[in-house]
Amino acid sequence: MNLNPFALPLVQGHAMTTASPDDSVAAPSIQAAAPQVYAAASTNEIKIHAKDVNVFYGDKQALFDVNIDIPGKSVTAFIGPSGCGKSTFLRCINRMNDTIPTAKVTGVIDIDGSDVNAKSVDPVILRSRVGMVFQKPNPFPKTIFENVAYGPRIHGLATGKAELEAIVESSLKKAGLWNEVADRLHQPGTGLSGGQQQRLVIARAIAVGPEVILMDEPCSALDPIATARIEELIDELRNQFCIVIVTHSMAQAARVSQKTAFFHLGKLVESGSTEDMFTNPRDTRTQDYITGRFG
Amino acid sequence: MLTWLSLLFLALFSGAAFMLGKRRAVKTAGGAPRVLHSLPGYYGSYAALWAGAPAALLLLLGTTFGGRVEDAMLQAQRPAVVQSLDVDRQDVFFSDAQAIAQGIAPSEVTYEGELKAALDVKVAEARRIENLVRFSVLGLSGVLALSGFLLAFPRLSADFRARNRVEGWVGGLLMASSIAAVLTTLGIVLSLVWESWRFFQSISPIDFLFGTVWNPQIAMRADQVAAEGAFGAVPLFAGTFLIMLIAMAVAAPVGLYSAIYLSEYANRPVRSVIKPLLEVLAGVPTVVYGFFAALTVGPLFRAGFNALGATMVGGPLDGVGQYLMEVQNQMALVAGVVMGIMLIPFVSSLSDDIINAVPQSLRDGSYAMGATKSETVKKVVLPAALPGIMAAMLLAVSRAVGETMIVTMAAGLQAKLTVNPLDTVTTVTVQIVTLLTGDQEFDSPKTLSAFGLGLTLFVVTLGLNIIALRIVQKYREQYD
Ligand SMILES: Nc1ncnc2c1ncn2[C@@H]1O[C@H](COP(=O)(O)OP(=O)(O)O)[C@@H](O)[C@H]1O
Ligand SMILES: [Mg+2]
Repeated sequence: MNLNPFALPLVQGHAMTTASPDDSVAAPSIQAAAPQVYAAASTNEIKIHAKDVNVFYGDKQALFDVNIDIPGKSVTAFIGPSGCGKSTFLRCINRMNDTIPTAKVTGVIDIDGSDVNAKSVDPVILRSRVGMVFQKPNPFPKTIFENVAYGPRIHGLATGKAELEAIVESSLKKAGLWNEVADRLHQPGTGLSGGQQQRLVIARAIAVGPEVILMDEPCSALDPIATARIEELIDELRNQFCIVIVTHSMAQAARVSQKTAFFHLGKLVESGSTEDMFTNPRDTRTQDYITGRFG
Repeated sequence: MLTWLSLLFLALFSGAAFMLGKRRAVKTAGGAPRVLHSLPGYYGSYAALWAGAPAALLLLLGTTFGGRVEDAMLQAQRPAVVQSLDVDRQDVFFSDAQAIAQGIAPSEVTYEGELKAALDVKVAEARRIENLVRFSVLGLSGVLALSGFLLAFPRLSADFRARNRVEGWVGGLLMASSIAAVLTTLGIVLSLVWESWRFFQSISPIDFLFGTVWNPQIAMRADQVAAEGAFGAVPLFAGTFLIMLIAMAVAAPVGLYSAIYLSEYANRPVRSVIKPLLEVLAGVPTVVYGFFAALTVGPLFRAGFNALGATMVGGPLDGVGQYLMEVQNQMALVAGVVMGIMLIPFVSSLSDDIINAVPQSLRDGSYAMGATKSETVKKVVLPAALPGIMAAMLLAVSRAVGETMIVTMAAGLQAKLTVNPLDTVTTVTVQIVTLLTGDQEFDSPKTLSAFGLGLTLFVVTLGLNIIALRIVQKYREQYD
C-alpha cells in the first residue's frame, strides 16, 4: 500500500478557498457561494471541539474520554479498526445517537463554541447545520429532484418554485452530478448507479446549506472509479465545508484529508496533521495500524 | 384395530431396519466413517423407508378400498331369488348381509323362506370374504415389508449414495403433498364452474350480472322459474360493496394509524404488549363479532338513532326525525362498523410489518437532514411503504367481501338496492348461506344460483388478491 499522502495528484492545501457566510443555513448563501475570498487562515480555525466525550450503549461503553479539535474548511479523517467507535463519535457530532434509545453521551462537543448537547439546542436545527452521508447510499424512493429538494422543503429554505429549482441545480452542480442527471431530474433517484446515488445523497446534504458534512465510510460500497470520483468531490467541497470522513482505507485518508485521528478500542489514540501521522506516527499502535500489522 | 396394530408393528420393524442399516453402514466403513458416501443415518433411513413405506401404503389402500372390494366380491354372484327383487331391494339385501356378518344392526326388512336361506349363505360368504381380504392385505404388507428390507439392506455399501436416494424419497413426498393441494383446489374450482354453468343454462348470465331484483323465492314456483330479474345479483353486490366501504372506512384509518404508532412511536415495552394483543384479536372467531354486532352494537345504534330522531320530530327536519325513529336493529352500518373493527388488527398487523420493512437507512437519511419524526414518517416512511399498504388494504377488502357471519347476524336478509347505511341490506355470502341451509332440491335454479354467486365472488376476490400480491412483489424488489 502506498502510504505517501502526496502520491496522488490531488492538489494539496488550496490556498484559495471559498468562503461561504458562516450563517450558511440561510438559503441565498447557496447561490452566493462563488469563489471570491482568500481565506487560507480559516483552514486552521477550529470548528468542532470535543472534550471528554464518553458514549455508552446501555451498559457497554463505546467511547472513552475522546478529546479532539476539528478544523473548519478542511477534511479530517477518522481511521481505526472496525468497532473502535469511529461511527459512534461521528454520530455524536450531529446527535444522531439520539435516535438510538440505549445510547448515552457525556462530555462536551461544541461547534463554533456552542455545545451541541445543550438543552437549548434542537437536534433538528443542529442537523440542518451538520449534514451526514452514510456508508450505503440511501436516496429516498423519490425522484432525483425531490431527493435534493427534500431538505430545502422541510426547512422552508425556498420561497418559490424557481428558487427551489435553483437550489437543486446548484447543489447537484456542487456534488458534480448535474451533467449526468440534468435531463432526468424527474426519474427515481434509486435508479442511479451506486456512485451516482452517493453523490445524489451528498447533493441532498449540501442543499440545506450545512457548515459541516459528516461522511461515514462513504466509499466502502463503491467501485474504485466511483470512489475516485467521490474523493475528487470531497477535495472540491472542503473549500466550503468542514468535512469529517470515516474511512477504512488509509490510502484514502492520506489522499483526501489534512488531519487524521486514529481510534482504537474506543479511545482516540492520536490525532494530528495527516502528513505527520503517516510519516511519523508517535504511538506504536498507530504505527502498527498504518503499516498494516493489525486492523 | 387390527390395522392400527399392524401399523404399529410396521413402525417397529421400520425402526429396526433403521438401526440395522445404520450399523451395517458403520461396519462396512470399518471404523472410518469418512469413507462412507453419506452420513450413517442416511443408510438407516434408506433401509427403514424400503421396509416401511410400501407396506404402509398397502395397508392404507387396504383400509380405504377394502370395503369396496368386499362388496364387489359379495355381489359378484346374485342368487335367482335375489335377482327377482327390484334393484333397491337388492342393495338392501346385500347391505343387510354385510351388516349381520359384521355384527351391526341390519335394516328392519324381514327375510323369509328362500330369501332367508340365501341371506344366510351370503352372510357366511361375507364373513369369509372379509377374512380373506383382511388377511391377504396383512400378509401382502408383511411380504412387502420383508422383501423391501431384504432388497435394500444388501445394497448398503460404503459407496452407496444413500443420501441422494433418501432425498429423492423426501422430494417425492413433498411433491405429492403439493400436487394434492393443487388438485383439491382445482377440483373445487372446477365444480364451482361446472355448477355455475348449469345455473347459467336456466338463467342468462346477463340477467344474473345486471339484473336489479333478487328474489329467488319466487323462482321456486314452476311458472316463475324464468321470471325476469328474480336472479339479478346487483343488489347483493351493491350490499356487499356498501358494507365493505363502511368496514374499510373504519379499518383503514384506525388500522393504519395504529400501525404507524406501533412501528414509529411506541417504545419497546408498549410494542411488546400491543403487538401480540392485536394478533390475538385477529384470531377471534367472526361469529363472536357477529353476536357482538347483533346483540350489542345493533341495539345500541338503534337506541341512539331513535333518540336522535325523537329530538328532530316536529322541527324543520321532521321527516328525517320520523325516519330515524323507525330505524331497526339490523342495518348495514352495524355490520360494516363491526366488520371494520374485526379488520383493524388485520390491517394494522400487515401495515406494521410493511412499515417495519422500510429500511432504517432511509429514516436515518431523513433525520440526518434535520427532519423531525413526523416529517420523516409522512414524507419518507409512508411514501416508501405506500404500495405495501395499498396491498394490505386490498387484502382487507377481499376479506370484507368474503365475510359472512357478521353480515348474516347484523345486516338482514332483504335484498335491497340502496346506499342508505341505516337500511337493511344483504350480501353475496349471506345469500349463499340462506340458499343452501335447510332442505333444498339440489337441481333447482334457486340452489344452483349459490354457485353462480360463489363463482362471481371467487373471481372478484381472486382478482383483488392477485393485484395485491403483484403490488407487494414489486415493492419487495424495490429494496433488494
Ligand atoms: N446501536 C448500538 N447499540 C449497541 N452497541 C453499538 C451500537 N452501535 C455501535 N455499537 C457498539 O459500539 C462500538 C463502536 O461501534 P462503531 O462506532 O460502529 O464502530 P466503527 O464505526 O469504528 O466500526 C462497537 O463495539 C459496537 O458493537
Ligand atoms: Mg462504522
